[in-house]
Amino acid sequence: MATEVKERSVPKPVFTDAEAGAKEFPSWQSRSYNYFEPRKRRATVYEDVTIDVQPDPERHLSQGWVYSFANGDAGYPQDWSALKSSNWHAFLDPNEEWEQTIYRNNANVVRQISQNIEHGRTGHVFQAMNPAWVKVVARHVFAWAHLEQGIGMHVYTPAQRDAPTNMINNAICVGAVHKLRFAQDLILYNLALSEEIEGFEDKAHIATWQEDPIWQPTRELVEGLTGIRDWSEAFFATTVVFEPLVGELFRSGFVMQAAALQGDFVTPTIMGAGESDAAREQRGARALFRMLADDETHGAANKATMQGWLEKWTPKTVDAARQLQPIWSQISEKVIRFEDSFDRSRLRFESLLSDIGLETPKEIKA
Amino acid sequence: MSRASITKAHQKIQELSWEPTFVEPVDKYPTDYTFEKAPKKDPLKQVLRSYFPMEEEKDNRVFGAMDGAIRGNMFRQVQERWMEWQKLFLSIIPFPEISAARAMPLAINAVPNPEVHNGLAIQMIDEVRHSTIQMNLKRLYMNHYIDPAGFDLTEKGFANCYAGTIGRQFGEGFITGDAITAANVYLTIVAETAFTNVLFVAMPGEAAANGDYLLPTVFHSVQSDESRHISNGYSIILMALADERNRQLLERDLRYAWWNNHAVVDAAIGTFIEYGTKDRRLDRESYAEAWRRWIYDDYYRSYLVPLEKYGLTIPHDLVEESWNRIWNKGYIHEVAQFFATGWFANYWRIDGMDDKDFEWFEHKYPGWYDKYGRWWEKYTELSKKNGHKPIAFEAEANYQYPHRCWTCMVPCLIREDTVMDEVDGQVRTYCSETCHWTDKVAFRPEYEGRPTPSMGKLSGQREWETLHHGKDLGDIMQDLGYVRDDGHTLIPQPHLNLDPKKMWTLDEVKGITLNSPNVLLNEMSPEEREQHMAEYKRGGPAGRPAAA
Repeated sequence: MATEVKERSVPKPVFTDAEAGAKEFPSWQSRSYNYFEPRKRRATVYEDVTIDVQPDPERHLSQGWVYSFANGDAGYPQDWSALKSSNWHAFLDPNEEWEQTIYRNNANVVRQISQNIEHGRTGHVFQAMNPAWVKVVARHVFAWAHLEQGIGMHVYTPAQRDAPTNMINNAICVGAVHKLRFAQDLILYNLALSEEIEGFEDKAHIATWQEDPIWQPTRELVEGLTGIRDWSEAFFATTVVFEPLVGELFRSGFVMQAAALQGDFVTPTIMGAGESDAAREQRGARALFRMLADDETHGAANKATMQGWLEKWTPKTVDAARQLQPIWSQISEKVIRFEDSFDRSRLRFESLLSDIGLETPKEIKA
Repeated sequence: MSRASITKAHQKIQELSWEPTFVEPVDKYPTDYTFEKAPKKDPLKQVLRSYFPMEEEKDNRVFGAMDGAIRGNMFRQVQERWMEWQKLFLSIIPFPEISAARAMPLAINAVPNPEVHNGLAIQMIDEVRHSTIQMNLKRLYMNHYIDPAGFDLTEKGFANCYAGTIGRQFGEGFITGDAITAANVYLTIVAETAFTNVLFVAMPGEAAANGDYLLPTVFHSVQSDESRHISNGYSIILMALADERNRQLLERDLRYAWWNNHAVVDAAIGTFIEYGTKDRRLDRESYAEAWRRWIYDDYYRSYLVPLEKYGLTIPHDLVEESWNRIWNKGYIHEVAQFFATGWFANYWRIDGMDDKDFEWFEHKYPGWYDKYGRWWEKYTELSKKNGHKPIAFEAEANYQYPHRCWTCMVPCLIREDTVMDEVDGQVRTYCSETCHWTDKVAFRPEYEGRPTPSMGKLSGQREWETLHHGKDLGDIMQDLGYVRDDGHTLIPQPHLNLDPKKMWTLDEVKGITLNSPNVLLNEMSPEEREQHMAEYKRGGPAGRPAAA
């Protein structure tokens, strides 16, 4: 039996000829965002999708912020930082992070890590790893995951609220998520190992991080970083001081150097992903703090402030780094001495400070 | 990843957090709420290993559709009436999105629950995604739509136009003041859970009906992240409800957040959907019908009312009054009329309504023509450049330029509801009792005898008209940058005709002085003021001055 077909009610397509170039009139060719100066002749997609999205009374925001905190702070106060700038908006993220780069990059990383773990599994690598190394991984490599989580959640995440421009905040926000992803990469690798290695101490990292004397100065340092209220000091102390002296020291100065000789080709690739993220964040930090050190009006004061932060954070960081030294001795196949790793970190630190235009503190000089 | 492995993975990542012992955590963002540690779960089990590839896949679909739209000449079918309103909408929305990212540490700092922190951190990067994907969509519109003017100055226009502050609350409200008021109740419990339905679902549907399938592509991709955000917010409000001391604050904040979201979002999205469309099929859903479905039924009845079982008093009266404003008091129509009245001070073109529109409005909102029809006929008549002024400055339009609401910054358009009061040494006007309460009672350091030292304040130069009081309109337009690249023709137009001879220029607005109703009100004697306000409240609908 035929069914009666009712005419469906749907919008009808209409030819409107509303495409670019259909008519010529004033502004018909005005096809670029015209309220900011791009760094080069044409704006990049990153610049287009980032600049001025967070308004600023110093730029176009004519009515000011319409809500404030109880103390009168409104919007994105510049005095939330001890550092001053003649133009905060001059900072552009050297990594040019926006939607596409964020998801392409991180999706690639998690895919790569999953594949590497799978290769380890199919190659029966985990069972063949040196038992002393397995203990180091269970305790120390996975203790590291806590640190990345803490910095991502409680240093970078609030800092991306507090900085004064969208360009700085987005760059720090991406840094936060790198840290959190890396922490999860590590702990999920722990889960994989617990399924592959009989007797694997999958929870040993918790006690190591919270109780092992080797890690307590580092934990104290990280907790200290999370307690800094000034976003620029927190970002400086983390990216400029902590990352080269402790972060790189452990990630590439130890794990990535030592693992292969212990029969482990998987762990260094996961650590490498975190190291690569940290290098991206450091590019941003270098550009930001260099810009502030070079500021025509505030440069000298900024340098003095940053130098003060170096005096404050470097001794604690060097102490934390040195307390990690016993880990270098816990593996049976010695590949690198702690002092060699630390020297490399020290040189990286000095080079970074030199790029920013700061003096190396005395505690760290060779 | 399989569901079982997601569960396992999610369980495993809970090992990452720890209780600091060396340093007392710093309260970075103040709140008057109190939270006890509670083992609240994240039912969506968010893990970054599965999150990033999922979002990448969603992005690939979005960018594929964008390519397809260009190759398929989508802009040969888009309605200019619709696209012009996108110049306003897409200038506003990336800011609330990015503000939501900035709001996440407020909630993280306040709520002692690592599982919830994890969900909030993922929301943070979602919001960067949304903000930048929307800016990129707008960039495509600017490149491929017939009239790029207005898209080209987008974020500047948002920051200085007569509608900007209305939209800006929908972002600033997330990031400032009491951390839970802002980042949980205002942002997640009300804005995301209730109003993203009309923003990101109903509106894209209307875009598709107007030939634009990119807005639905991008915004449905955005909306598919919202369910996770809603889940984050729900976890937090349940934790807040566990502490009796929070009840009074929650009830205060639900009243403020509900009413402000209604005032701001319904004003903007209602206008875009009802007055930006060319789809006048009589059976297509009106904004009021969409609101009833998405907000009243799906949000209020299915989400908000069940919270009563936890002993929370829900603002039933305000939900009903919002509906009353939309259905009986013509809120959307009054706002659209105000936007059109102010065409001279924006960065998009506003098409007049024609007979087909009238028929649809009359069908959907019986009695509409008697209230608003004549004015829209006058709008069309006065849209022609033939020696007269913009409609706002022509007495024959029979429209009294409205006072602004000090709180929501939408004007006091439902004239009889206007409240006038001296607050903080200034005579202010409010669109409603609730907006008056918000300024005078809620956003104060004490609430019902209880200290609320963390509550935020209303600040800034809240009235656009006051900022420009006494200035020449031609100077205002030049100062704000609302002039096309010939240095003479205005970006805004009261019609869609792109014939340069028909387009309004600086010449037609020079010599007109803009006055702020609030400045004039404050200059009056108390008696004059009372008389003026009594007359104002007798005015309307459709902005008609009170009969003598």
